[in-house]
Amino acid sequence: MSGVEQEWPLYEIFVRGKRGLNHVHVGSLHAADDEMALRHARDVYTRRNEGVSIWAVRADAVVASSPDEKDPLFAPAGDKVYRHPTFYAIPDDVPYM
Amino acid sequence: MTVSEADQLVDFEATIARHDRIEPRDWMPEKYRATLVRQVAQHAHSEIIGMQPEGNWITRAPSLRRKAILLAKVQDEAGHGLYLYSACETLGASRQDLTLKLIEGRQKYSSIFNYPTLSYADVGTIGWLVDGAAIANQVPLCRTSYGPYGRAMIRICKEESFHQRQGFELLSTMMRGTDAQRAMVQESVDRFWWPALMMFGPPDVDSPNTEQSMAWGIKRDTNDELRQKFVDMTVPQARALGVTLPDPDLVWDEERQAHDFAQPDWDEFATVVKGSGPCNAQRIAHRRRAHEDGAWVREAATAFAHGGLEARSARTSTSVDESGAPAAQRGLEARSARTSTSVVARGGLEAQTSTSVEASTP
Repeated sequence: MSGVEQEWPLYEIFVRGKRGLNHVHVGSLHAADDEMALRHARDVYTRRNEGVSIWAVRADAVVASSPDEKDPLFAPAGDKVYRHPTFYAIPDDVPYM
Repeated sequence: MTVSEADQLVDFEATIARHDRIEPRDWMPEKYRATLVRQVAQHAHSEIIGMQPEGNWITRAPSLRRKAILLAKVQDEAGHGLYLYSACETLGASRQDLTLKLIEGRQKYSSIFNYPTLSYADVGTIGWLVDGAAIANQVPLCRTSYGPYGRAMIRICKEESFHQRQGFELLSTMMRGTDAQRAMVQESVDRFWWPALMMFGPPDVDSPNTEQSMAWGIKRDTNDELRQKFVDMTVPQARALGVTLPDPDLVWDEERQAHDFAQPDWDEFATVVKGSGPCNAQRIAHRRRAHEDGAWVREAATAFAHGGLEARSARTSTSVDESGAPAAQRGLEARSARTSTSVVARGGLEAQTSTSVEASTP
């Protein structure tokens, strides 16, 4: 029987811990459809009031950057130190800045 | 090894040396991946099989309060198994394959769960000693080098604390009860003490994988170090409970600032690991039965999910390809070809898909 059985699709689960916070990835689970994914996510990831909202996303719908290309992909940010406030020297006696 | 693989190995080793985490899509040595799959799968299986010894007492819990607690704890074990299966799948393992490997005996689970729960005191002892040993094992794993495994361990450790405390509280309630209850607790502790010590695995001299696992940051402490830590934490708790740990050699060593204690029976450990413990056959048979008895539920849910799609596509589909079939239905057809039941459930598609169904049925 098990050889024929088709595995349910994988969903990635994101939980908003409380109002004011972003949804954060907490893990994944298998479900037959979207509704079941939400129900399973509630049981698996929010047994102790860990969340006020859940997103379930089919894992095959997630687009991800490749770790192999992380250097060229993130290189443009590497040499732009002037984007950080600490790049600018401000005299110590200038207040509120 | 190609030049680029050599470069990747250097990157990998540097990440480990920085105590940084390896993440799922990073390159990793095949042996690192295989070691993790084995360890995380074994850990996940332990959580799932671990539901059985305690589940044994749910219907016979002595009060509604104890029943609610025990249900919550057993549900947590299922949850822990799922966190860990999910971590294992990020390494490329398939859930279905992991389940099959468990019920076919090709992957192991902790030998502790092959011991029976003979009295209600065992529910307390498992929480106190077995989950206590698990915590000693798992807290350092929160810093393991593989990201998803470490994150699963953090969630699990938070919840294990409830497990251990409810066990201790259960035992201390019984210890304040009748002589018969106290005797029941002592008898339970006598049975579980040695198997609990075995949970840390064989002595370091007989643990060939430890060195490599520590070099890779998968394990953070050796088996003997963790066993020592567990004994040192447990002795004062036993004293507070008023139970005797069944080891006449257990004494405080002033010089080492640690307890001396006897080794468990490692021959018994080997026997249980090989499959001949008191409950090995029963645990696996039960897991297999649950899996097989659940097959129709999984199939029905799959059919329902596809049926819902079909109903939606019938209402909304307008796009039609050269063959005349609505696009949404073509997607359905491809999916239904994979499972025979969903084809049966949809008579209209049966004729179209029967050849591909045969082709895909081993």
